[in-house]
Amino acid sequence: MKKTITAGLAIGAALISGAATPTPVQAQAMEQFMPIPIYRTGPYAAGGTGYFGGMMDYMAMVNEKDGGVNGVKMTWEECETAYDNARGVECYERLKGKGPTGAAMFHPLSTGITYSTFEKGTADKVPVVSMGYGRGDAMVGSVFPYTFPLVTTYWSQNTAKIKFIGMKEGGMDKLKGKKLVNVYHDSAYGKETIDILNKQAAMYGFEVKHFPVAHPGLDQKAIWLQIKQIAPDWVILRGWGVMNPTAIKEAARIGFPREKMLGVWWSGSEEDMRPAGTAAKGFLAAGFHPAGKNFPVLKDIEKFVHAKKKGNVETERMGTIYYNRGVVSGIVSLEAIRIAQEKFGKKPLTGEQIQWGLENLNLTAARIKALGAEGLVQPLKTSCNDHEGGGAVKFQQWDGEKWNVVSDWIEADKALVRPLAEESAAKYAKEKGITPRDCSKAM
Amino acid sequence: MLYRESGQFKTSYPADQAIFPIRQDRIALSLLLIAAFIVVPLVADEYWLGSILTPLLVLSLAAIGLNILTGYAGQLSLGTAGFMAVGAFAAYNLNLRLPELPLIVDFLLAGVCAAAVGMVFGLPSLRIKGFYLAVATLAAQFFIEWVFTHVGWFTNYSSSGVISAPPMTVFGLSVDTAVEKYLLTLVMVAVLALAAKNMVRSRIGRSWMAVRDRDVSAEVIGIPLLKTKLSAFGISSFYCGVAGALWTYCYLGTVEPAAFDLARSFQVLFMIIIGGVGSILGSFLGAGFIVLLPILLNNIAAMIGHGTLQADTMANLEHIIFGGLIIFFLIVEPHGLARLWQIAKEKLRLWPFPY
Repeated sequence: MKKTITAGLAIGAALISGAATPTPVQAQAMEQFMPIPIYRTGPYAAGGTGYFGGMMDYMAMVNEKDGGVNGVKMTWEECETAYDNARGVECYERLKGKGPTGAAMFHPLSTGITYSTFEKGTADKVPVVSMGYGRGDAMVGSVFPYTFPLVTTYWSQNTAKIKFIGMKEGGMDKLKGKKLVNVYHDSAYGKETIDILNKQAAMYGFEVKHFPVAHPGLDQKAIWLQIKQIAPDWVILRGWGVMNPTAIKEAARIGFPREKMLGVWWSGSEEDMRPAGTAAKGFLAAGFHPAGKNFPVLKDIEKFVHAKKKGNVETERMGTIYYNRGVVSGIVSLEAIRIAQEKFGKKPLTGEQIQWGLENLNLTAARIKALGAEGLVQPLKTSCNDHEGGGAVKFQQWDGEKWNVVSDWIEADKALVRPLAEESAAKYAKEKGITPRDCSKAM
Repeated sequence: MLYRESGQFKTSYPADQAIFPIRQDRIALSLLLIAAFIVVPLVADEYWLGSILTPLLVLSLAAIGLNILTGYAGQLSLGTAGFMAVGAFAAYNLNLRLPELPLIVDFLLAGVCAAAVGMVFGLPSLRIKGFYLAVATLAAQFFIEWVFTHVGWFTNYSSSGVISAPPMTVFGLSVDTAVEKYLLTLVMVAVLALAAKNMVRSRIGRSWMAVRDRDVSAEVIGIPLLKTKLSAFGISSFYCGVAGALWTYCYLGTVEPAAFDLARSFQVLFMIIIGGVGSILGSFLGAGFIVLLPILLNNIAAMIGHGTLQADTMANLEHIIFGGLIIFFLIVEPHGLARLWQIAKEKLRLWPFPY
């Protein structure tokens, strides 16, 4: 028993000494800190490691090749969230003050963690960048000054998907009377597009049925039996993690053609397709960037980072969807820092200054080419009131081995999305008692 | 030597029945409360207050709730997170639909709502016991989560099903910084923990324990089973409900029903198993173990991780170590950390001359 007490005391002592720990090496002056709330464990680890692996590799490459952003080196620290909201908040709080000027921005890579941190980010003046995920109405910058759903939101993507289906059917008027099924992950992420789909259904005269799949999504037999009875023309899959291969296998089992299944971009990675084997052949997915290694920027990462064995993921994963998404995210984030540096000077910047950079992003085709990311990143221009920027989506099809792009950039229907976002943002502002900024006065 | 009650004579019944009969305990507890109320807010930074101590307190409260039901009344429950969700969503809706109510009243009414739901799901406990009851409460867990996910009214028709806490004011003071939220949580938890401690020492607590130890005998000596079991379910769910409301309002700020999934129920159950079944102190110790240890391990990993091990190895190692420690503690002390503490106190009484 004595041993037990000693052990107990030892643990206690460790806890107390742990209290003083979260202060590793204090960073030197010319460094910009980037928090990495990664998830290497849990059912979604493929997404977490791929995305943040790509982002960290890109930052490492910029440090090696150019000596940082205008001489300001990027530093970062990982914090494991396991895709859990509470852990994500803890990570945000732990990392937000690190580095000489605090966190540059926060990439939650989880709709849930975005919801839990964006208000804290606004209060702390740390931009929360949810590139390609929710919440959709945060594109209204006057109400959400520190939240950036850059490139495209789920809402925009959803309109692009309907456009794509319309193209496949031979015109938007052909959508009338068609039956669509929306199979979604039963979480904040999955539910985001229900309203807009209903709106579009009324607009174009198609029918839509929504089927929630409970986390983690391994049991979908009942749902697919119902889908078989409905016999829809198209199935939209808003899956995430293990739910995707399960859905594809179930679709194959009931004989639903995979060429008529359209995934969100979190359903469109190599890791989602491979477990489904041959069943996945023909599956379509949206994406705001293509897969593949044939971009100068990835070659640079290979040369400066992976050749020196400093990569954050296995070299084989380079060029996969998640990895490339991380690289895109790194490019856009560092570009925002560079733009902010033009205004505030070439030194480590605060979150408030970088918020200006994010709001004044202007990625032109020429600039993207100079960055070696032609075809990987789409042109992007943000403003005080438009925190989304681009909004175009490419569709790709799985051929059993890899993704092939099957469409051009398809623009989202901003005329439809924007009023909805503004309505939702206004409701939020009213609930919270926020007076929106006047964006006409801002620079 | 220091911790010895000799010389402390009790001259009245109230003194003999005091919550902490030993003077040293009273001093230690007052010091702890002073530390928690005054020292901690002064020295701790936002990270510690907002993302470690506040969730720790909230989950301790939930653990007390479950401990009342499982530890004292002997009714195994897997619905803790569901009852927390009822509290969270009730507080949100009360605030939204009856804005004139003060926040504290919202919290307490949220607890009452959770208690009502808990009592309904507690009804099967009159007929079934043990693992079968656990399955019945599991139904509560799934049912409640399903209702909040699928009935739009509860989330005020939010498109993503997420509710977010409005700005808070208590007695005209706004509560928005981490310190204020910590203090609000601390006050609620301290008051409710004290109430729980007193409850389990009183008639109602003793009848719970009688039912736990053998319900037939309890019935024979005149303890009404219906009333006792349902009161345990009600009061336990009240605690869980308040904890759920605090989790939303003082910690996360926004929650979706998935924040109160089965994993959370298990987490709270593990807290009382590790901390000590049938002990208020154990609820706090268990919450400390389950909440703090992963964060500590993650911090250690971040500190020593650079360059020594692959980051993915580190991340999985954390889980391995955490699981290992749980097994270790269950082997060396199956009755939980509270029992360890009790043994330490007994040893301390004899120290330095054990016989």
